[in-house]
Amino acid sequence: MGKSGAGAKTFRIRKWVNLLGPIAGLIFVYLLFAAIGPESFHSARNLETIARQTAITGTAALGMTLVIISAGIDLSVGSIIALATIVVALLLRANVSPLLAALGGILAGALCGMMNGALITRLKVVPFIVTLGTLLIVRGAAKGLAREQKMDAPLSWLNNLLAALKPEQKWMVLPPGVWSMVIFAIIIWMVLRYTVLGRHIFAVGSNESTARLCGIAVDRVKVMVYALSGLFAGLAGLMQFSRLTIGDPTVALGQELDVIAAVVIGGGSLSGGEGSILGSMVGALIMTVIRSGCSQMGLPNWVQEIVTGAIIVAAVALDRLRRRRIS
Amino acid sequence: MRGVRKQFGATVALQGVELAVKAGEVHALIGENGAGKSTLMKILSGAIPADQGEMSLDDNLFQPKNPLEARRAGVAMIYQELSLAPHLSVEDNIVLGMEPSRLGLVKGKEVREKAREALAQFEHPEISPEARVADLSVAAQQLVEIARGLVIGCRVLVLDEPTSSLTRKDISKLFEIINRLKSQGLAIVYISHFLEEVKQISDRFTVLRDGKVAGQGETAATSINELVRMMVGRQIEQLYPRSQRARREPVLEIKELAGWNRLESASLVLHRGEVLGIAGLVAAGRTDLLRTLFGLERVRQGELKVAAYLGPASPARRWQQGMGMLSENRGGEGLALSLSLADNLTLSRLSGFGPAGILFPSRQNRATQKWIDELDIRSQGPEQRAAELSGGNQQKVALARLLHHDVDILLLDEPTRGIDVASKAQIYQLIDKLVSEGGKPKAILLVSSYFPELLGICDRIAVMCRGRLAAAHAASEVNEHELMLEATGQVEAV
Repeated sequence: MGKSGAGAKTFRIRKWVNLLGPIAGLIFVYLLFAAIGPESFHSARNLETIARQTAITGTAALGMTLVIISAGIDLSVGSIIALATIVVALLLRANVSPLLAALGGILAGALCGMMNGALITRLKVVPFIVTLGTLLIVRGAAKGLAREQKMDAPLSWLNNLLAALKPEQKWMVLPPGVWSMVIFAIIIWMVLRYTVLGRHIFAVGSNESTARLCGIAVDRVKVMVYALSGLFAGLAGLMQFSRLTIGDPTVALGQELDVIAAVVIGGGSLSGGEGSILGSMVGALIMTVIRSGCSQMGLPNWVQEIVTGAIIVAAVALDRLRRRRIS
Repeated sequence: MRGVRKQFGATVALQGVELAVKAGEVHALIGENGAGKSTLMKILSGAIPADQGEMSLDDNLFQPKNPLEARRAGVAMIYQELSLAPHLSVEDNIVLGMEPSRLGLVKGKEVREKAREALAQFEHPEISPEARVADLSVAAQQLVEIARGLVIGCRVLVLDEPTSSLTRKDISKLFEIINRLKSQGLAIVYISHFLEEVKQISDRFTVLRDGKVAGQGETAATSINELVRMMVGRQIEQLYPRSQRARREPVLEIKELAGWNRLESASLVLHRGEVLGIAGLVAAGRTDLLRTLFGLERVRQGELKVAAYLGPASPARRWQQGMGMLSENRGGEGLALSLSLADNLTLSRLSGFGPAGILFPSRQNRATQKWIDELDIRSQGPEQRAAELSGGNQQKVALARLLHHDVDILLLDEPTRGIDVASKAQIYQLIDKLVSEGGKPKAILLVSSYFPELLGICDRIAVMCRGRLAAAHAASEVNEHELMLEATGQVEAV
């Protein structure tokens, strides 16, 4: 029994079957809206819009996937997104070059994430509470920096990161912001699969005591994971800025819940040790397709919210049911 | 229970099993891991249905559809892992699920009376009805669980490995209670790995092997050797192999080491080419000694030298210095059960599967497969989840981690606890091979609660009692009786 090559194959198949659930879900909601929604829903233009709208949640979900695999949670990403838009706007107003302003916004996010990680590991307080605290702290800081107002910024190429493509840019197929999400998704996927750090993140999430017994620097892994979550939230903030073209301290209120939902729909388990980048990206897409479909059908906002909520619960319940059947 | 059969997929877990337990008797159910004991008891308790066969209780046909029905009918199960609500009080736990109430309001007074009545039989000093269950010792918690069974008026009490985490004293107290319940006319099914206990407490026994009854009879008329033969179906000669061993240079030296835990004072020298056993009762501080050595817990005082390195160090450092540890708590600490065998086995040393920081899963799997073959780990391959293996195979994975890391000093904490006899024999062989290997034998520090195992496999044995480690004896010069006296603090070590 020991050396069956067939065994290895079954596990690879099983892994793909695990991903098939979310993908089937995505196809299902898309076809559903294509069937009952207006003509405009399945236009190429709308596909591009869906991709653009996914970029913010999807980018933040990259970091959140790591956090959730490590059995943590990060509630502060919505606030970090808002802070990043303010930092970018402030830097642009101070005549800093757009590239440096963008990096500044991302760095601010990464620093917030490091703060989360340091507080969680030093104070030994659970991530839910620490990031609940930083959710308020960072949001407050953003409002303070912006003097509780929206903050205009001079025009720059940053505004085009997530704008609809102009005819002469059609060769790009998708806006740069979407491409950045795709590229980073591939990088993080490779980190999880092909690096020692990736294995350590899974180990810490699956059983922290085992990780400690095996000599893994658990605290360092955690700080790293939250710093990355902050960094990607900062990058998502840059996308948000690009869409708004201004800094807004009240933007992305509650966005962390969308991001967490995307990861969980994609197969992430809040008890840790499970999750996949491709799954999270599909999860983020499912969320946007539902939003986009509902709004194109002219459904009021409150209906959209009820539908989204119901789909999150249904998706995760289905996933758990399927897994139980497999094992 | 007559002609019970249960099949899971293609595996027949039980076949034609007959079991009759009389009122007022203790019936021992024994067998290796995987022999079908748990399946049989799950059927009895209504957790799973039988495919064939029938059960009767007091001459009435008994067909529980779920555990609640079985409980109502009078079958109470006390599992190895206790199922109490740790934050609730003793009395709330006892009446949980059947609180006397009116209009949804719990009648506090009746609750207390009912609980007191059930507890009165035990006279345990720790248990007061208001105490929080989480604050009680394991032994006391177990009694609370039995009390819960009594409150519902059970006729059949099933105890699954009740003594595995109890001290000698608690065990004898438990036996007293079992005997009292027996005299009250309860039918008691007693599942255990410890055959000495089975001899002591049971009236009759049933041995299961590979899902079938391998033997039944009066306990008093059967020797332990005969029981073992029925369990394994073959003679295990050479359970404890012993090749030529040669003691070499010391690799671990500690002097009056104390930790911030139970460890008060320990001095020892461990050499290459020997197995040094640490005997003692549960909670004597043996695990604390290993954890302190390995850097999982802090050193309070004392000297400590691992290979050429002085002083305390973190687990990561210890691995680098050539020391590895096997945890006594396989599921809670030893393994990350939701991860693959490959990840579990190579977790302490993921380097070498690619350039720095990079890891190619195919190489990781290849290295894992090598150990799977070498240690005969029954699995579907390196990518299978550790949770899906049997206890014995999980333990081999945890042990293989130390071999993969190629450490020189192995700290093994209860390496054979709760695993089947065949796996045990393989682990003993492996231990023997590691310390006798030609070129560079390893050094092994072995903690165990099972004296025959220590006497069989170790070269020297030191006893720990209340946090203090006594001087080591040559294994050939002590016997079980002497070790027990020392472990219970009856004899001051010489």
